[in-house]
Amino acid sequence: MFQLFRKNRMWRARPLKSRYRVVIIGGGVHGLSTAYYLTKLGVKDIAVFDKGYLGGGASARTTAIIRSNYLTPEGIPFFDQSVKLYEGLAKELNFNLLFNQMGRLDLGHTDAAVYALRMRTEFNRILGVDSRMIGPAEIKRLVPSMTLREGLPYPIIGALYHPPCGVIRHDAVVWGFGRGADRGGAELHPFTAVTAIDRANGRVTGVETGRGRVEAEIVLNATAGWSSDVARLAGVDLPLTTHPLQAMVTEPLKPFLDKTISSANLHAYVYQTDRGEVVIGGGVDPYPSYSMRSALLPMEQLAGHTLEMFPCLSNVKVLRQWAGLCDMTPDYAPIMGAVDGLDGFILSCGWGSWGFKAAPAAGRNIAALIATGNTPDIIKPFALSRFHQGRLVNERAAAPAAAIH
Amino acid sequence: MSFLLKCPNCGERSVDEFRFGGEVVSRPAPGAAESDWSSYFYFRPNAAGVQQEWWNHRYGCGRWFYALRDTTANAVQTTFWPGQPPPSEQP
Ligand SMILES: Cc1cc2nc3c(=O)[nH]c(=O)nc-3n(C[C@H](O)[C@H](O)[C@H](O)COP(=O)(O)OP(=O)(O)OC[C@H]3O[C@@H](n4cnc5c(N)ncnc54)[C@H](O)[C@@H]3O)c2cc1C
Ligand SMILES: [Zn+2]
Repeated sequence: MFQLFRKNRMWRARPLKSRYRVVIIGGGVHGLSTAYYLTKLGVKDIAVFDKGYLGGGASARTTAIIRSNYLTPEGIPFFDQSVKLYEGLAKELNFNLLFNQMGRLDLGHTDAAVYALRMRTEFNRILGVDSRMIGPAEIKRLVPSMTLREGLPYPIIGALYHPPCGVIRHDAVVWGFGRGADRGGAELHPFTAVTAIDRANGRVTGVETGRGRVEAEIVLNATAGWSSDVARLAGVDLPLTTHPLQAMVTEPLKPFLDKTISSANLHAYVYQTDRGEVVIGGGVDPYPSYSMRSALLPMEQLAGHTLEMFPCLSNVKVLRQWAGLCDMTPDYAPIMGAVDGLDGFILSCGWGSWGFKAAPAAGRNIAALIATGNTPDIIKPFALSRFHQGRLVNERAAAPAAAIH
Repeated sequence: MSFLLKCPNCGERSVDEFRFGGEVVSRPAPGAAESDWSSYFYFRPNAAGVQQEWWNHRYGCGRWFYALRDTTANAVQTTFWPGQPPPSEQP
């Protein structure tokens, strides 16, 4: 009976200890996923620090599209593992994540785009990912509300259809991982900024926080858009630039669209949520910035480009718009793993505009690296050292110019 | 967030007329170590704060210039031509 009146907290507020085995900087989906999988591996002496509230960074602003139809032999198996983990995640975390695997169409408006989509489809199929090319008749059948632009410039002449693509309730993923990590023994410390990283003899030894100094054997940088400044605290340079990404959502409509639609030519992607709202997003702003305010011009462009596909939305009102920070890498692939020359410092960043879908696989594999000291094969190609070895993972071509989410 | 940039040739215009050309970094000498070259190609300070950048007045006079911009607020402190010191340091 009293249970009814008790505030049920997702995680406990705790005093700060003076030492932890693992310190995780950043309490977004990546930091919390890593903390969760660490506790499952028996590593419980963990503190997660966030300068704000948990899940208030890009993880709060994401459009939460989850898919694996990438381009490279390194990216496809990694993202495929993540999609499969997401499929079982609601059960694993005992939390309703409303994962709706509606399927996705990547549109081709030119022969060149169709050629690139076909190549991606073949790479997907070879690696066991469910993708196939479809023509206008099937596109029309799957998405009757969309115009194929017959007789107009840039007609829709083909599409990469990827049925497992889905959209998830992103806050619930963050909360589920946070609750799971807390129950497993990890400490979550929101409103605790890390202001310095201590080092001695080529290894990290601890961090300074707004609430005091703590010692640590391992320090994980999972701060996405803020990763460059945080890594610099440890004397580590990163190949990142931080760009805002803007998105918006319309008033709710009756169900008219049950696929995620993305057009690289039109720099826009669109889907309808379970509540009926239409979510619209595009490419990152063309200059770096740490400002999270949205701007009129990108909104106008997104709206205009969406109408090129869905003229039926012309009188629909925009309810909200927002922007979040994306830590973009030169090759549009993430950075995961240890750092040469600084023992105990681990990276999980470079998540750009595509990282939400990767959280379970990244968290699980980075947890394994921290627990065992060995980097799992599936994340080896994503080490920071690739930029000095000329071994980039060219994921950019997975969506020429835009819509890489 | 939108902002204004002052082209040293044309004056203050909306950022939408300009193309961003990257943070200014210095090019290694021809015989420099390979890691200096990979740093030059890929690594950037990317600080939350003031940085020196290349901008091109794409839909205006077409010229390239430098800007000092605070990336947290998008406040452009000053713009000037390459090869010249920032206006504040000019005699
Ligand atoms: C508009 C938008 C749409 C997107 N759409 C998609 C999509 O459809 N699919 C997809 O897969 N991805 C998408 N992304 C990308 C995805 O959201 C991000 O890659 C992902 O959420 C990153 O998670 P994270 O935990 O690494 O970072 P964040 O969620 O940003 O967390 C980093 C945390 O670090 C904290 N922090 C920073 N500095 C410090 C410090 N010094 N001390 C302590 N804490 C600190 C911040 O407060 C923040 O909470 C989108 C992003 C945006 C902005
Ligand atoms: Zn000009």
